[in-house]
Order: sequence, then C-alpha cells, then structure tokens
Amino acid sequence: MTDAIPEFKKAEVTQVGLTGSALASGLGATTRREIAIILAVAVIVIGGLEAVLWWYAVPQYILPRPSLIAAALVKEFPLILPHLGYTMVSLLSGFAIGAGTGMILAAVVTQYPFVEKVITPYILVLVTTPMLALVPLLILRFGFGYTPRIIAVALAVGPMVMINAATGFRRTDSAKIALARSYGASTLQIFWKIRAPMALPMILVGLMIGAIFGLLTTVGAEMVGGGFGLGNRLTTYSSMIDMPEFFAVILLLSVIGILIYVIFFLIGKKWASWET
Amino acid sequence: MVAKLAIRDAGKRYGDLDALKGCSFDVADKTIVSIVGPSGCGKTTLLWSMSGLHGLTSGQVDLDGQKITGPRPEIGLVFQEANLLPWRNLMGNILFPFEVKGQKPDMPWIDHLMDRVGLTGFEKRMPRELSGGMQQRGSIVRALSLRPQVLLMDEPFGALDAFTREEMNRLVEEIWLETRTTIVFITHSIEEAIFLSDRVIVLSKRPGRVMADYTVGLPRPRSLEVMASREVFDLMNQIKADIYGMSSMRSKAAE
Ligand SMILES: Nc1ncnc2c1ncn2[C@@H]1O[C@H](COP(=O)(O)OP(=O)(O)O)[C@@H](O)[C@H]1O
Ligand SMILES: [Mg+2]
Repeated sequence: MTDAIPEFKKAEVTQVGLTGSALASGLGATTRREIAIILAVAVIVIGGLEAVLWWYAVPQYILPRPSLIAAALVKEFPLILPHLGYTMVSLLSGFAIGAGTGMILAAVVTQYPFVEKVITPYILVLVTTPMLALVPLLILRFGFGYTPRIIAVALAVGPMVMINAATGFRRTDSAKIALARSYGASTLQIFWKIRAPMALPMILVGLMIGAIFGLLTTVGAEMVGGGFGLGNRLTTYSSMIDMPEFFAVILLLSVIGILIYVIFFLIGKKWASWET
Repeated sequence: MVAKLAIRDAGKRYGDLDALKGCSFDVADKTIVSIVGPSGCGKTTLLWSMSGLHGLTSGQVDLDGQKITGPRPEIGLVFQEANLLPWRNLMGNILFPFEVKGQKPDMPWIDHLMDRVGLTGFEKRMPRELSGGMQQRGSIVRALSLRPQVLLMDEPFGALDAFTREEMNRLVEEIWLETRTTIVFITHSIEEAIFLSDRVIVLSKRPGRVMADYTVGLPRPRSLEVMASREVFDLMNQIKADIYGMSSMRSKAAE
C-alpha cells in the first residue's frame, strides 16, 4: 500500500535558486578523483603560466609570474591586511544597509501592485546605472571617509536585492495562501510562513548578485578617492609599477568574490534546496 | 433534523460572470456527499464558500444552523493538488495548522492517522521525495489532524493514476467508517462519486445549480461486487445522461 519513492521527481520544474545555476556545478565536486583532477588542472594552468612567462621573459609590468605574485602577497600582507579590513567595512556596511532596505521595500511594494508599477522604472534606473559614477559627487559632499563609499555600495546593492526579492515575493501561490487562511492565519503569519519561504530562493540570488555588485562598487569607489582600502592599494601599486603587489591585491579581491559566491551557495543549499 | 451544512440559494459573481446561482442543498451529519458537474460550473467556488475562504454574492452557507462568515476550525479542507509546502518536510507540513493556531499538536492522534494512511516512517521526507498519492495522503492527515467535523475535498485525486485513485477512495471510506466525519467531495469521476457517497449531487453547467440529487443506498464497505452491480451501473448511466444531456443542450445552443 505504500508507494515506492521515486529517486528523481519533477525534473521539469524550473529552478530559480542559486543551487540550480550552472555556476553551481563546479561546487559539486565530491569524489576524490574529481578533486584530484581539478587540482591537477589548476597546477598545470598556473605552472604553465609561470613557464610561459619565464620562457618568453615577459616583463613584470605586463604580467608578473605567479611565483612573484605569491611572494609579493606574502611580503606585503601585513601592509595589505588593514586595507582588506577597510574594504570589508565599506562592503559589509553598504551591503547590510542596501540589502535590508531592498528586502523590506520588496516585501512591502509587492503587496501593492499599483505602487510597484509606479516605482519599478526608478528601481530599474538604479539597477542599470553604475553607482560608481556617483562617487566623485558623493566625495564632494561627504569627504574622503567611509560615508561616500557606503552610500555608493548601498545604492548598488539595494535595487539589485529589491528587484530579485520582488520577483520572489510576487511568486504567490494562491492555493498555499488559501491553505494558511483556512487555518485562520493572520496576514503576518502568511507573510512569514508562506510568502517569505517561497521568496527565499530568489532573495538569495539577489543577495549574491548584490554582494558581487557591492564588491565592484567598493573597490571602484576606493580607486576614485580616499587614501585607504584595497582599491586604493591598486591605484598606488600601479602608479609605482609594483605589478606583483598589484596582482596580489587582485588575487585577494577574487578570493573575496569567490567567498561571497560560496557563502550564498551554501546558504541556498541549506535553506532553499527544496526548489531544485 | 438540522443539517450539518445547509447551502441556501448560494450565488457568486466574478465581475459580470455568474459562477454560481441559486444553488441550494443540505448535507446531513456524518454522511458523504459528492458533487459532480462539468468543469468550470462553480464547484470550487461553492466549496470555498463552504470553507469560509470567500464570501458569496447572495445566499449563505450554514454550519449547524449558523452562517459561515470565515474559516472555521470545525471545517477541514483538502485541496485539488496535495498543496504541501515544499520547504517543509512531511511532519512539518502536518504540524503547520497547529503552528498557525499556536496550539499544541495532538501527537497520538497524528501518529495514528499517519499509521492509518501508511505514512509512518516518512515524517522527515520532503514533499518532492514523495509520490503524488503519498503527498495527498499527507494532506489528508494534515486536514484531519485538527479533528474537523466536516471535511471538504476538492477533486483531491484528480491528478492521480487510476490505481492510486482507487486505493485513495478505499482509504477515504475507511477513514470515514472510523471517524464519521461529514465529507463533501468534489470530483469529476462519476464512479468515484458513487463509490464514496451517500448522496451524489449533480450541478448544472455555469452558473452552477443543483440539477439532480441521488441517494446511494449501498452497504459499506463497498466491495467490488457491489460496485459492479446493476444498481451502480444504472445510476452511473443516469448521472452521465444528466451531464451529457447538459453538454448536448450547449452544443445545440451553439448552432
Ligand atoms: N477568482 C476568480 N475570478 C474570476 N473568475 C473566476 C474566479 N474563480 C473562478 N472563476 C470562474 O468561475 C467559474 C467557476 O470556477 P470554479 O469554481 O473553479 O469551477 P470548477 O471548480 O467547477 O471547475 C469558472 O468559469 C472560472 O473561470
Ligand atoms: Mg475546481
């Protein structure tokens, strides 16, 4: 009388969450063999680059050898570390403000379709305009401290989070809401127990893209003005043609980017995997 | 005898579309009543009014002689698809009503129901890991977990294959024999309606109103022999004639 449990069901369901993205496939390496191959390829790529740059004696100011970049990273690390901290402060504060505002706006606005229609064009403008362009203006108004950076990051993150979260909140399933209402659920309960979990996969997509945009904006803003942050290190090192150090900073920035991706991937896997 | 549910001149308009009009019938306590009718005739609309999920444009539905104005704890609802929340595991879904109501779940009763429908051991499974039949059994447990006096079921097995469907029908009968919950069952399967019901109500095409009302006096539990009897055969054809008669009228009108 008990049905057999099918191993694969609903393969046709469209996946909107992070865990369903093509990018996620690289994080699926599990077997020892796969990991070994991935590592081997990495060694070959980096080693090959090292060999080619060395063989053709490519000058440092064009592209330093990986070994020189690694050495520079180790040597300069104590000097770079505080700047990593400054960058994280701008990124995290701007992200928190932008993401929080974006999510709240999305949750509220999707309840009022007309309001949503009116404000969506402006949000689109904010999404598509590089907030970096505002930084010189913000610096004029707020000086060279954290403030203009945090504002620019929040402006870059907020609309991105909002537009994705709104897509999530709009995915209302009237049968599920009816289910909750049939048990006498309040509007607030329906929000927390139905709308929010249903929106979560899209919210996570928005947070991840928002965080990456936030990182771009942070570094860009640091390059435009102010004497601190990894972006500022980039301009300093490149002006002194310290290319290994320059690339060491780039390396750090990619690590931050990858970490952002991995963190949201894992959160999605834990909390939004029902979608896939 | 006061009817458990009384539908009095129920009418519902959506804009300028009459989904339901002048629909009246009673449902006696501890009986199973099926509603059949052509697709789009207002069956779901009617059931939602009975559950208090939406109001009527005219008329009313009474529960124990009292007008229904909103969702009632005495009334349980089983939806067209199982309608489990995909982000909760099976037990999480079954405890959902208690969570919403801030009520302590009646675990012995829930465990009994889970056992009754053959879901013991699957508590931690996510809905996507369960077959359609198991999902619908889960949703029946969820609806019965609060011990409703009335269970409203909207084409609950329409999406299941024929074998699973028959199995589910027997399960509903067993549950009814145990709990004697009043059941209003919407279906587009005439056989299913006859198998389950003490009464079969045929609705006309939109706007839905009662066009025929049959009492099914067959003994329970209903065996294969009973279902193969002349009486069932005749009733089935009679109901078919009611429904197809309607559609032939429609095609005549279209000419
Ligand atoms: N919320 C709604 N708004 C507008 N029309 C609706 C709505 N719900 C149902 N209808 C219409 O009312 C009629 C009856 O619908 P329904 O009760 O779902 O029929 P059934 O369940 O018998 O198939 C259909 O024509 C349907 O399109
Ligand atoms: Mg229906």
